[in-house]
Order: sequence, then C-alpha cells, then structure tokens
Amino acid sequence: MSTPMVSMRGVDKRFGDLHVLCSIDLDVAPQEVVVVIGPSGSGKSTLCRTINRLEPIDAGEIRVDGRPLPEEGAQLAQLRADVGMVFQSFNLFGHLSVLDNVMLAPLKVRKVSKATARAEAMALLERVGIADKADRFPAQLSGGQQQRAAIARSLAMHPKLMLFDEPTSALDPEMVSEVLEVMVGLARDGMTMVVVTHEMGFARRAADRVVFMDAGQIVEEAPPAEFFDATRSERARSFLSNVLAH
Amino acid sequence: MTAVIENLDPLLRALGTTVLILVISAVGSLVLGVLVTVARVSPIPVLRGAAFAYVQVFVNVPLLALLLLAVFALPDAGLLMPLTTTVIVVLTVYEAAYVAEAVRSGINTVAAGQVEAARALGLRLSQTLRHVVVPQAVRAVVQPLGNVMIALLMNTALAATVGVVELTSAVNKVNLVAAQPIPIFTAAGLTYMALALAIGLAAGRIEKKVAIHR
Repeated sequence: MSTPMVSMRGVDKRFGDLHVLCSIDLDVAPQEVVVVIGPSGSGKSTLCRTINRLEPIDAGEIRVDGRPLPEEGAQLAQLRADVGMVFQSFNLFGHLSVLDNVMLAPLKVRKVSKATARAEAMALLERVGIADKADRFPAQLSGGQQQRAAIARSLAMHPKLMLFDEPTSALDPEMVSEVLEVMVGLARDGMTMVVVTHEMGFARRAADRVVFMDAGQIVEEAPPAEFFDATRSERARSFLSNVLAH
Repeated sequence: MTAVIENLDPLLRALGTTVLILVISAVGSLVLGVLVTVARVSPIPVLRGAAFAYVQVFVNVPLLALLLLAVFALPDAGLLMPLTTTVIVVLTVYEAAYVAEAVRSGINTVAAGQVEAARALGLRLSQTLRHVVVPQAVRAVVQPLGNVMIALLMNTALAATVGVVELTSAVNKVNLVAAQPIPIFTAAGLTYMALALAIGLAAGRIEKKVAIHR
C-alpha cells in the first residue's frame, strides 16, 4: 500500500479536564474521502483541526504525506499551504473582494505572478459557480456563496488534502446542497478529503469510509453502505436513529 | 488685526513650522504606532513586554516633561540635534503610544477565524498580520486615529516652551510688541481650528473610502 496521506497514531488531546481525543489511530489513503460523524462534543472537529496543527496534540504522532507535523514555524506554514481547510464560519477576509480572497495565498505564499493567480482564481470561481461574484465583498454574499468562495480559496493552493470542518452547519437548509454539490465534485475528481459533517446524504453519496466518533474515541468505521445499513455498535445505532428520525 | 497683517510674513513662516512638525510627526507616529501594536500582539514575549512598557511610559508621562527632558538632557548625554528635530522626534514617539492603543482596539474587531484561515492557507504570522489583520484593524479605527492626529496638532504648540518658533510662539512674540491680545490670539486659535477641521474631514473621507463593504 502507498504512504497514507494522513496517518494518526495514538493521538491524545485534552482541554483541561476534558479528554477530547483518546488515543486516536486513523489512516486516510490518497484520494480517499473519509467522513467523520458523531454527536457534538465527540471530538470530531478537534480531530480535523489537529491534522494541520491548528490544534496541537498532547501525545501521539500525526504524519501528513509521510512527514511528521513540524513545530510552529516556516515548515508548518509550508505544510499548511498543501493542506486546504474549510471552516464552518467561512472565515473569508472581510476587507478583500472574493477574487482577492482567492488570490492572496497564491501570491504571498506560492509567489505566483499576478496574472497567473488571477486566471486560476477566476477558473476556480467559475468551477464553484460564483464567477459573477468575483468583485463582491464577502459580506455581500449569501452563506452558500461565501462557503463556495472559501472552497475556491483553499483549492487555489493546489492542496493534496482537504479538511472540511462542518462546512454546511452554518448554512440555511436551501444553501446546503450548493456547497455539497461542489464537495461531491471534488471527491469525484480524486481529492483526498476528511469531512466532518452532519450531512448523512453526503456521507452515503461521496464517502469511501465513515468514521463514527463518540467521547473522543473512534467507535466504528466502515464503508457508508455497511455503516448505515448494518451498523455494528449500539452507540452509532442510537445516534443514527436520532439523526435520521426527522 | 493690524498687528497680524503687519507681521504676516513671520507668522506664515511660523505656521509653516507648525505644519512641518505636524506632518512629519503624524507620519512617523502612525508608522511607529502600528509597529508597536504588531510587537504587542506578537508571540515573542520580549517584544510583547517591550511594546507594553513603551505604551505605559509614553501614555503616563506628560509631554511637556518629555520635551524638557529631550531638549535639556539629551545634549548633556552627548546627543545634540536641532530644536525642531528634537521636538519632532519627541512628538513622534509620544503620539505613537496613542496610535498603538487605537490600532490595538481595532485588532480586536478582526475575527479570530480569519487569522486561522490565513494560517491554514500557509501564510506566516508576519504575513497574516500584514495582509489580513492590520489592514482591517486600521480601517476600524480611522476616526479614533484622526482624533489622535488632532491631539498631535494641539501638542505642537508645546514646542513654543522649548524655543521653537512655531505658530503659538510667533503670535506670542507679536503680541509682546503690539499688545493686541484679542485679535492676535483669536487669529491663532482660528488657524488651529481650521487645521483640526481639515484633519477631521480627511479622516471622515478616508473612513468612507476604505470602509469594508457590507
């Protein structure tokens, strides 16, 4: 088997008395789409955020594309440049137009020329369906449009891995699908993805593997069909029946 | 009024000195103030401590005391500068502390999530500050910075106490000869008001121009 894109071994993390990640082992293969689900407070967002070291861990080891995560500094910045991240609250830069949001990191981190950055940014905005909003500012866009801009901003760095931390949780229901469509397209194009979400439909459609977390532990992992139709653990069954009841 | 008109030449020259001190100290204190703020939010404890101490010292010592110290103590310590230069340096470091305080309050308006997003994209901390945090922080405090600049204008009058012939010093001299205090000091007061108004209007326009579109 090739080197995993992400490899977590014995990862431990505490917030004070709260043990948010208890000895997590997880591998994500290149081009694999792993969907992480679980109740709030289960540690799934924290798990996602440890992969690019937005949350430092207390013990264990995380490797991205075979390399251990470096300490804070220039090397970590380099690694983060190769790992895209999409947040629940979009976090677009408020003083920059959508186009400038997408161009900023390629210009300043990759040092590409302005013309190249602009052309790529426009192509990406086209791909996520908001090219007509390129000159708007984030606050002038709907939530769904902002999140698609944020995805384009991440893709502009040509990441080898994308992390999605509840990308649709802050969206109105009718805007969820436009964001999920973009993500399904990415998965189909072979992007390696770790997606923390409550969207079971997306997990069924796009995931190669579903990871179910509870109380800081991975309780169950399986391909989506198996996970949803032949759930093994009692905890996952009760979670699913609560989520799918409505 | 005759005293003002008869002495128009030296008065205008003095006004020129006031504006010169104002403009150079304004630019200097804005630049220095932003740098102090950056040091204050940096992850390096020594820099943070130094910036904190800087602000505390200059906010808590009277400007007049600093001016007297610089004009009389620095030459004693072997550093001799022209008077106007000394005043510009003192005003710059003094007002920079107030600029730093204003900009720091602006930094708190920039959502922490944007800093995370910038770092997740691979921007280094210095790039994150320069391209994401400071531009938004400064936009949020244009009006307060305008007020700091108006205070700076008023503070240039203290240069008179250490022998620089700027506007206040010049009108004082004219009055000593002509003894027409009401028209002379009224004219000076109106001139300061006009300059302050210009700074206020400029700040208002800049604020509108750089406002973050919503």
